[in-house]
Amino acid sequence: MSIGEPFSRIDGPIKVTGTARYTADLRAANMLYGVLVTASIPAGKVTGIDKGGAMLEAGVVRVLTHEDMPRARTPIAGPPFAHSFLPLQDDQIRHEGQVVALVLAESLEAAEAGARKVQVRYAPTKATMPVALAWPEIDRAAEPPRNTGYFFLEPEFSKGDAVHNLAKAPKTVATVYSQPSRHHNPMETSAVLALWEGDALTVYDSTQHVFAVQRGLAALFGIPPASVRVISQHTGGAFGVKGLIGAHEALAAQAARIAGRPVRIALSRANMYSFLGYQPRIVQKMGLGADEKGILTGITHDVVNLATVTDDYIEAATEASKALYATPTMWLRQRAERANVAMPTAMRAPGEGPGMWALESAMDELAVDLGMDPLDLRLANYAETDPATGAPWSSKKLRDAYEEGARLFGWRDRPRFPWRDGDWIVGQGMASCLMGTFRFPSRAQVRLRRDGSAVVETGTQDIGTGVLTIFPQIAADVLGIPVSAIEFKMGDTTLPEAGPTYGSSSTMGVGAAVLAAAQDVRNRLARMANLSPAEVCMADGRIGRTGAAESFSVADILERAGESEIVGTGSFDPTKHGAGYSMRTFGAIFVEVGVDPELGLLRLRRAVGSYSVGRIVNPRTARAQLLGGIVWGWGMAAMEQSAFEPSLGRFLSKNLAGVAIPVNADIPSDITVHFVDEVDEKASPIGGKGIGELGATGVAAAVANAVFHATGKRIRDLPITPEKLIA
Amino acid sequence: MEFRQHLTVVLRINGLDRQMRVDARTTLLDLLREHLALTGTKKGCNFGECGACTVHLNGRRVNSCLVLAASADGAEVTTIEGLAAAGKLHPVQQAFIDHDAFQCGFCTPGQVMSTVALIREGHTRSEAEIREWMSGNLCRCSSYPQIVAAVEAAIRVKEG
Ligand code: FES
Ligand code: FES
Repeated sequence: MSIGEPFSRIDGPIKVTGTARYTADLRAANMLYGVLVTASIPAGKVTGIDKGGAMLEAGVVRVLTHEDMPRARTPIAGPPFAHSFLPLQDDQIRHEGQVVALVLAESLEAAEAGARKVQVRYAPTKATMPVALAWPEIDRAAEPPRNTGYFFLEPEFSKGDAVHNLAKAPKTVATVYSQPSRHHNPMETSAVLALWEGDALTVYDSTQHVFAVQRGLAALFGIPPASVRVISQHTGGAFGVKGLIGAHEALAAQAARIAGRPVRIALSRANMYSFLGYQPRIVQKMGLGADEKGILTGITHDVVNLATVTDDYIEAATEASKALYATPTMWLRQRAERANVAMPTAMRAPGEGPGMWALESAMDELAVDLGMDPLDLRLANYAETDPATGAPWSSKKLRDAYEEGARLFGWRDRPRFPWRDGDWIVGQGMASCLMGTFRFPSRAQVRLRRDGSAVVETGTQDIGTGVLTIFPQIAADVLGIPVSAIEFKMGDTTLPEAGPTYGSSSTMGVGAAVLAAAQDVRNRLARMANLSPAEVCMADGRIGRTGAAESFSVADILERAGESEIVGTGSFDPTKHGAGYSMRTFGAIFVEVGVDPELGLLRLRRAVGSYSVGRIVNPRTARAQLLGGIVWGWGMAAMEQSAFEPSLGRFLSKNLAGVAIPVNADIPSDITVHFVDEVDEKASPIGGKGIGELGATGVAAAVANAVFHATGKRIRDLPITPEKLIA
Repeated sequence: MEFRQHLTVVLRINGLDRQMRVDARTTLLDLLREHLALTGTKKGCNFGECGACTVHLNGRRVNSCLVLAASADGAEVTTIEGLAAAGKLHPVQQAFIDHDAFQCGFCTPGQVMSTVALIREGHTRSEAEIREWMSGNLCRCSSYPQIVAAVEAAIRVKEG
């Protein structure tokens, strides 16, 4: 059995020696460097661009503007593009940071110097800016969303009369929770290398979805997808910002065509803030109604997030209220506040990440009001079926996750009152974790060779989640060969099509396709050996009837058949699995924090995350994902904010110096990640579900709840920075 | 002093002496990546904020994006490519694998180079000290506890 084993990462040696290649590490013969010039105003139009100074810079080859770029052959409308407009198609400025020119040069130094010398003249118009952070103003500015492709659920949902139930409930919570815009900040900035050979385009890209880039660029140029090859060897973190096609990917391909030479664009950190996605500011009005025992009678959840003047990205925070607790009534609404800002996008963990901040804070407030243990309040409202639809769960072991997490943390015997540790007041808090389940169709091919080695092929991406290890493990498990005998080919549109690497979807979709392809190999081999495919198993390069002593060497079977290898194919079609069931992942997070009341400092001391996510293919890589999620949650709780400056219409700091993200010193080693024993056969034949995002949910609420326990201060606006704790 | 657009520098990089004509604006990071094809050293910010570009300059860890190549004339530079003999892993590299101290791997060359220097500096007297002195190397995949475990294991190898 290799499934379930904590194999160390197969990509370890190449990643610790610097030999793993990321897009910006690649070069092509005769390549030009591209550097982008971005708009300094949030709204208006470009009236003129003086390229003269830039062209005088030695090594600068071209300066491309909206007057030079070919027009898109198909209108850019919705995904796979990250924004339904493409810069350099007209003279309009829709947000500060929009690309207005692209400088191509023989060297990076020349391209950067040239970009600084491009002079852009603007005719500014009045920009719409985000309103002040206060519910009445946000409520007034909010509009029902337009669906231009960037929201994936009904913006409103109701069941029963929640408003009525809240009005007559003996216990209610009615509060507003807010959080600022935050950026993904993967350590690798996005990069792309585009080259044409005749009418065929090859793109090396840091992306979460090579096939989406292929389709989008083919449409842009009006060429068949088969003429576009997209390759992504390794992507240096993504977290959502590389999920859809950004402006640079299209511009590099267009520029390479115009210049007749390969073009590489590696974005600056500032570019990542200027025109790529981020999680928008989200303000949530939360209402809970309950009886004296804490049984919920209704939930209302009214969410407004920042969106753009062209498209409404909707941050589906109401998904949390829709699925976590049994409630007879609910009223959920999502709206957009439009402004001249860059287009937001999904970020680890979208929807439930923000939603659980509000819901699980409100639940804590209700528990305090009732004088109930917050864990007991959650157990009292446990949803045995999907509260919105009534459908059964594909699998749910949240009760076990609560219990086992509480035991590991020592929740039940925790001190009732906060205590002192030197300068620190120590408090504890907990919250539930919840994440949606996204599944995408995927295909894979497995080739088993006569010498006992195998090749697994599927066009998935490596963004660090562990796929380079777990997919070989899945194939090795079926074929009875060591993981080291498997070569894994991925990240290329010439391979069988796999789904995107987002939405915590890869194990279920791509993993199931690899499993099916390996099983196909085994079945073919069984038939060649005159065995019944249903009753065979493979081990040590041999195949035999399960339980029987007799077995046959794979090499012999192939030799007799005159074949050098057996090829199996497999696919995963989500519509064929788990119809009628509701699928989610669940968990509980317990944290202990320290607050220095004089300085307003907040520190994480320890945490326990306990999760119900189905079967775990590799406990080592799975732990890394959940741990990473918890750290993301800590960042959201304690420090992350991309401050927006309305007088300039831009993010104040477009760098990692003015924007805090967790560093090593912020994170204690005392973090426990625990999985309950579970197999979810309905979600996917793998038995597992998604784990990439769940860990980031619930943490901010658990931290705020612990801060309340420690200090009696209820913080409802993230992040929990010193001035809020001193106030 | 007269401004020169190009200068000739001599650097000893991973044990090899290289004489090069460099653009006055070229950073040590771009020199390594774009001119010498030593792309193991990564660019995460280009402003000294992330540590992805960490190399050893005369034995000390530096952010190579903040060093102008011209200013490093005569220096000895070690990059991730020069850390271990061919085909062999440095104990710190092995510890990173053993303790799962990376995910996407983009920050990893910088983390490894920082760890080697950290151990040499002796900033390893406690877990808190290790965490503090490794905080110039951001890891957005957030493998921090595993990185600390790798550092501690590498120290044991060195002592044992
Ligand atoms: S690239 Fe040098 S510190 Fe970030
Ligand atoms: S491993 Fe991805 S940033 Fe550190």
